[in-house]
Amino acid sequence: MSKEIPAIDVKNLTVAYDANPVLWNVDLVIPQQVVMGLVGPNGAGKSTLLKSILGLTPKLAGEISVLGKPFKKDRRQISYVPQRSTVDWDFPTTVLDLVLMGTYGQLGWFRRPGKKEKSSATAALEKLGIEDFAKRQINELSGGQQQRAFLARAFVQQAPIYFLDEPFTGVDVTTEKVIVEFLHELRDNGKTIVVVQHDLSTVGKYLDQITLINQTIVGSGTVDDVFTDELIEKTYRVNRINGFDQTSDSNTSQEDA
Amino acid sequence: MNWLELLSDHTFRTVLLGTVSIGAVSGAIGCFAYLRRQSLVGDVISHSSLLGVMLFFLASFWITGEGTKSLFVLIPGAMVSGVAALWLTQLLVTKTNVRDDSALGVMLAIFFGTGVMLLRSIQKATPPIPGRRGLEDYLFGMAASMTQADLIMIGIVGGATLLLMLLFWKELKLFSLDPVLAQSLGFQTRWLDLILIALLVNGIVIGIQCIGVVLMVAMLVTPAAAARQWTRTLGPMVLLAACIGAVCGAVGSFVSATVSNIPTGPVVVLTGVLIFAVSIVFSPSRGILSRQWKQKNVLDSSSLERPQREPA
Repeated sequence: MSKEIPAIDVKNLTVAYDANPVLWNVDLVIPQQVVMGLVGPNGAGKSTLLKSILGLTPKLAGEISVLGKPFKKDRRQISYVPQRSTVDWDFPTTVLDLVLMGTYGQLGWFRRPGKKEKSSATAALEKLGIEDFAKRQINELSGGQQQRAFLARAFVQQAPIYFLDEPFTGVDVTTEKVIVEFLHELRDNGKTIVVVQHDLSTVGKYLDQITLINQTIVGSGTVDDVFTDELIEKTYRVNRINGFDQTSDSNTSQEDA
Repeated sequence: MNWLELLSDHTFRTVLLGTVSIGAVSGAIGCFAYLRRQSLVGDVISHSSLLGVMLFFLASFWITGEGTKSLFVLIPGAMVSGVAALWLTQLLVTKTNVRDDSALGVMLAIFFGTGVMLLRSIQKATPPIPGRRGLEDYLFGMAASMTQADLIMIGIVGGATLLLMLLFWKELKLFSLDPVLAQSLGFQTRWLDLILIALLVNGIVIGIQCIGVVLMVAMLVTPAAAARQWTRTLGPMVLLAACIGAVCGAVGSFVSATVSNIPTGPVVVLTGVLIFAVSIVFSPSRGILSRQWKQKNVLDSSSLERPQREPA
């Protein structure tokens, strides 16, 4: 795959829940082989952007292509790691089984996971340092271990692109380190990673690029270029009465940064 | 009559086989309803099926001159009205701002209410409708009224249901735990939703005669809830729930055969509740007793050990 084709190319995306626009005229290009952070305040539409790229949320207008093609053609290009709270962790299943579910996409309907899938799931558990928990039930995991299990599950999907929604929320320091190393290793192996987060403190530590977002794109590019006081202020300043208009008026010049 | 004599009785063996199959199938399918938190949906299906049962009974009377109580006619009727109730609920939720639990409640009231009214008018009709006797047993169940043909119908529906469950086992497990992942892995969740509803409907209508429409949902939920207390993974949970359901069914048959005029439904369901109660108290990992014991242990250990650290 040519490296010039962007991993994600979003043109003119508008998404609304009922009559309230959540994303307005979003243009965003994410190149291949980077760790890109989508950063913005709560309610800025970060998760919505991920979900509309994945086709999980209907869009009002706009075009999205993934590695140069419309995403609907092959959903398996992206491994999606949702927020941990989206799953009932009391579900009766083991950690190994949870990770195995990542292989179901390659298997398709009816085919059951066999030796090959089990060994790749075990390898993923080892990679994230939770192989000792393989036989445990998923409700016995701590928050950090749950997140690692989620990442292991995404890893066995063997997709070229990863979407992670708030992976650092509620995890311990060790897990944070494991996740960052894991993401960097993925990038060095040619993968593209998009991480949603609202917390600003860890941004500079591990991201290659950053997109500041609050209903529209405030700025997008390398951390040095975009993660400036001025743009952060612009992103996080919320005018509750008229916030939407204000942000959309004041940021059009930054999109190609 | 003691139970050995009972077992040698052909009619009783028919009934026993029927109730055991019903319990096993609804117990197994109930696990998915339990894990997806769809017991209310199950309740709506089972109550709503009464209307279909009455309508199909009437239809058979208009066509043949005598109302039939054969499950080959009444089970399809139950399926039709159960599915119709769900479909109308969906319509109400998407077209209006009524929330789904309220919409389900409204549909249950409409379908079950109309069903009960029809039942009363069929019983009171003059001249009397042939075959009307025993129609009221569909409320609370009467295992003793099962015929050989009914057993065959139960076998067909139950067998097809279990086959469907096994065929889509992997997909159903994925969908029950994480529908979003299922979708992002490329599975059409619309199909999985339909398969799950088909399983649910089948697991319910199979028991309208023996357990009755009022209590059938308990046969879906109670064995699953009890089995969850003893198991850690889905396969064993489904297997155990099926066994618990089967035991409940068997108890129902014995009581129905030995005590006359007692509806089977309550007996079967109360057996399930008993097993459930024992499970939530005595389960070694999740039971009330073991939890209290564990908490007491934490306080008693004077050194107050730190929680286990994660590996680096």
